[in-house]
Amino acid sequence: MKKSVFFGTLMAAGLTAGIASATTLEDVKARGVLNCGVNTGLVGFAAPDANGNWSGFDVALCKAVAAAVLGDPTKVKYVPTTGQTRFTALTSGEVDMLARNSTWTFSRDTDLKMDFAGVNYYDGQGFMVRKDSGITSAKELDGASVCIQTGTTTEMNLADYFKANNMTYQPIAVDSNAEGEQQYLAGACDAYTTDASGLAATRAAYADPENHVILPEIISKEPLGPAVRHGDNQWGDIVRWTLFALIAAEEYGITSANIDELAKGTENPEINRILGVDGDLGPMTGLEKDWAVKAIKAGGNYGEIFAATIGESTPIGLARGLNAQWTQGGLMYAPPFR
Amino acid sequence: MTSASDAPDRGFRLSQLIYDTRYRSLTIQVITLIVVMGAAGWLVDNTIQNLRVLGKDFNFGFLDNRAGYDIAQHLIPYTNDNTHARAMLVGLLNTIWVSLLGCATATVIGIFVGVLRLSKNWLVARLMTVYVETFRNVPVLLWILVAMAVLTEITPAPNAYKVNPATGEANASMILDSIALTNRYTAIPAVSFERSLGVIDTALAPVSLNVLAIVLVLAGAIWVNRRLLAHASAVQDATGARPVTWWKSLLLLLGPLALLLAALGFQLHGPTLKGFNFTGGTNVSNAFVALWAGLSLYTGAFIAEIVRAGILAISKGQTEAAFALGLRPGKTMRLVILPQALRVIVPPLISQFLNLTKNSSLAIAVGYMDLRGTLGGITLNQTGRELEAILLMMLIYLAISLVISGVMNLYNHKVRLKER
Ligand SMILES: N[C@@H](CCC(=O)N[C@@H](CS)C(=O)NCC(=O)O)C(=O)O
Repeated sequence: MKKSVFFGTLMAAGLTAGIASATTLEDVKARGVLNCGVNTGLVGFAAPDANGNWSGFDVALCKAVAAAVLGDPTKVKYVPTTGQTRFTALTSGEVDMLARNSTWTFSRDTDLKMDFAGVNYYDGQGFMVRKDSGITSAKELDGASVCIQTGTTTEMNLADYFKANNMTYQPIAVDSNAEGEQQYLAGACDAYTTDASGLAATRAAYADPENHVILPEIISKEPLGPAVRHGDNQWGDIVRWTLFALIAAEEYGITSANIDELAKGTENPEINRILGVDGDLGPMTGLEKDWAVKAIKAGGNYGEIFAATIGESTPIGLARGLNAQWTQGGLMYAPPFR
Repeated sequence: MTSASDAPDRGFRLSQLIYDTRYRSLTIQVITLIVVMGAAGWLVDNTIQNLRVLGKDFNFGFLDNRAGYDIAQHLIPYTNDNTHARAMLVGLLNTIWVSLLGCATATVIGIFVGVLRLSKNWLVARLMTVYVETFRNVPVLLWILVAMAVLTEITPAPNAYKVNPATGEANASMILDSIALTNRYTAIPAVSFERSLGVIDTALAPVSLNVLAIVLVLAGAIWVNRRLLAHASAVQDATGARPVTWWKSLLLLLGPLALLLAALGFQLHGPTLKGFNFTGGTNVSNAFVALWAGLSLYTGAFIAEIVRAGILAISKGQTEAAFALGLRPGKTMRLVILPQALRVIVPPLISQFLNLTKNSSLAIAVGYMDLRGTLGGITLNQTGRELEAILLMMLIYLAISLVISGVMNLYNHKVRLKER
C-alpha cells in the first residue's frame, strides 16, 4: 500500500514536470491567474495597501498584461521577491513575469536565461545622505559606510565607482529595501545607494523627507524593465507588446477616458490597428482582437500610469525626464503596430 | 541425517523470497535499494532535463571569473578584482571563524551555567533555569536579530565621537581612550610591530613571521611548562609533597613572550575618528558580534543542559567519597565529577557544535558575509549558477561537519572510560 502511494507520487511528479513544458500563455490561461513577481514593497513601484491590494508603477504593468491575456486586470497573484530571489523565482517558473525594478544587463539577458521585454523606466544609480551631514557630492564619500542591497547591479556599480575614484568604503549588505531603510535611518550607514527612482520612492515614505538629499551624481545606467523566461518567445512578445501598447497609447492620445469612444473606430489607421478595429494583431500572438483595449483600460496609458503612481503630483515626485515620449525629447518609443 | 524439522528439498521457489524468513529481509533490502536508486536517478535525470529546457549547462567555470563585489569583513586580503573562488574562500573563513569562536564561547557558557544550575543557592539556580529556558525556546534567528538591534540602537553613530569645535566636547567618549562602541562596529586598538622578521607570501594570505615566532615561542613555553608540571607530579607521587610551581609556570609562560614582544617593538594602535569612520585600529563589526553572541548564548543553553545531565549521571557516591577524602566542593567538581561527566557530555556536545556551525549560515540576516552570503548569496545571484553554488555550498558544509565530528570523536576516544 505504502509503496503504491510512493510510486503514485513519483508518477504524479513526473506528469507535472511534463505539464510544465506547455507554453506560458497556455499555463496562464489554464490557471486563470497571472503570477507576477514584484518587489517586497517600494511605494510607488509596487506596494500593498492595508487591505493587501497592490498598486504602483510596476504593478500597473502586471495588471495590463493580465487584462490583455485574461481580460481581467485583477486576475494577478503578486509574488514579492527580493533582489536575491527574483531571478530564481522567474527561471524556476514560480512567476510568469517579473516587474521588479530590474536592470536589463547583458549577462541577465543571456547567461541568466531571461529575456527583457523592454524598458518601462530609464534610471541610474544615485546616493542618498542625511542633509545634516553636509555632503553635497558623491565624491565626498571617501571612507563612508554605504548601505547596499545584495544581488543587485547597484552592488557592482558601487564597487566600480569607488575604485575608479580612488575612494574606499565599507559596504553594509542588506537583503531588502525595508532593511536598508532601517539601517540607514538608524545611522548604521552614511549613505544609501540604489536606483535614483528607488531612492526617491524610499525617501517619500519617510516621516521627514526634507532631511534627506539625493546627491547629484548618477553613477550608472539602469534601464528597468519587465523580464520573462528565455525560450518562450510568444510570451515574451505578449509582455513586450503590452508595454509598447501602453507607450503608443500615450503617443497617440489614447486615454482611459476616450478609449471606449476610439475603440468604435477612428480616422487614424494606427490607432485602429492597436485597438483591434482593423487587422488581426491580437490573434497573431495568441490573444483576442481587443487585447490592447483591455490592457490600456486597466490603468490608462503609460503617461497616465506614470502620473498616477510616481509622477510629479505624487509624493514621490519623479519628473518624466528620460521617460518622456520621444516626441517630447525622451526615450519612450514604441515601434509601429502593423 | 535428515531430522524431522528439515524442509524437504524441493528446490528454490520465488515465493520463498517473501514467505521464507531466511530471504525476506534480503528481498526487502534489495527492493528498498532499487527504489532509492530509482528515485535518485529520476531526480538527477529530471534536473538534467530541466537544465536543458532552460538552456543552462552545469559547470564551475564561473568560480574563475572576477567577483566584482566588495566584502566588508575579510580575514584574508580581498578586493573586488579577485575571483568568485576567492570570495567563496573569504566567506568560508568567516564561517569557520564565527563558528570556532561561537563553539568556544558556548562551551564556556554551557559549563558555567550547567554547573551553576545545580547550585544549592536558590537564586543562582533559578536564574540559570530562566536563562536556559528563554534561550532554548526562542529561535536562534530572533536572538541574532535582537543582539543586532541592541547593538545598533543603543550605541552612538561614529560621528557622535567628533569633537564639537564650539563646545570643545563630543557627544560620546571612548572607553579608556582606545575603544569606541558605535552602531556599526566596535573600534579596538590594533597590534603592530616596529620591527618585522619578514613576511611569507602564501597563495592564501601573507603570513607575518612575527606572528609565527610568537606562536612558536608560546607553544615552546607551554610544552616546557607541561614538563615542569609532570615533574612536580612525579615528585608528589614519590615523596607526597608537591613542589611549589606557580611562579615558575608564570615566569616560563610569560617571560619569553614578553622578551620577544619587546624585541619586536610591540605596539598597540588606538583607533581614531577620520572622516566618516574610525581608522587606525581594528573595527569589529556589529554584525559579527551579534551573530557570535546570538549563536553562543543559544547553543550555550543547550550545552548547559548537556553538562547538567552529565553531572547528574555521575553517582552521588563519587561526591561523597571525594568529600570523605577531604576534598572541597570546588575541587570535587573539577577533579572528580567533571572528568567522569565528560564521557557523557562529549557525544551530544558534538551535535551542538555541528548545529552551531550550520546555524551560522543565518549570518545573512545581519549582513555578515559568511559562505552563505558570498557563494550562496551574491555569487549565486550575480552568476545565476544556482545549482552549482548550492551543491558546492552543501559539500563544503558537509566537509566542515565531518571534520568537526572527526576531531571531536578523537577527543571522545581520549576521555572515554578506559578499561584496564
Ligand atoms: N535595478 C537594480 C536594483 C533593483 C532593486 O533591488 N531595487 C531596490 C531598491 S529601489 C528595490 O526595488 N527594493 C525593493 C525590495 O527590497 O523589495 C537591479 O536590477 O539590480
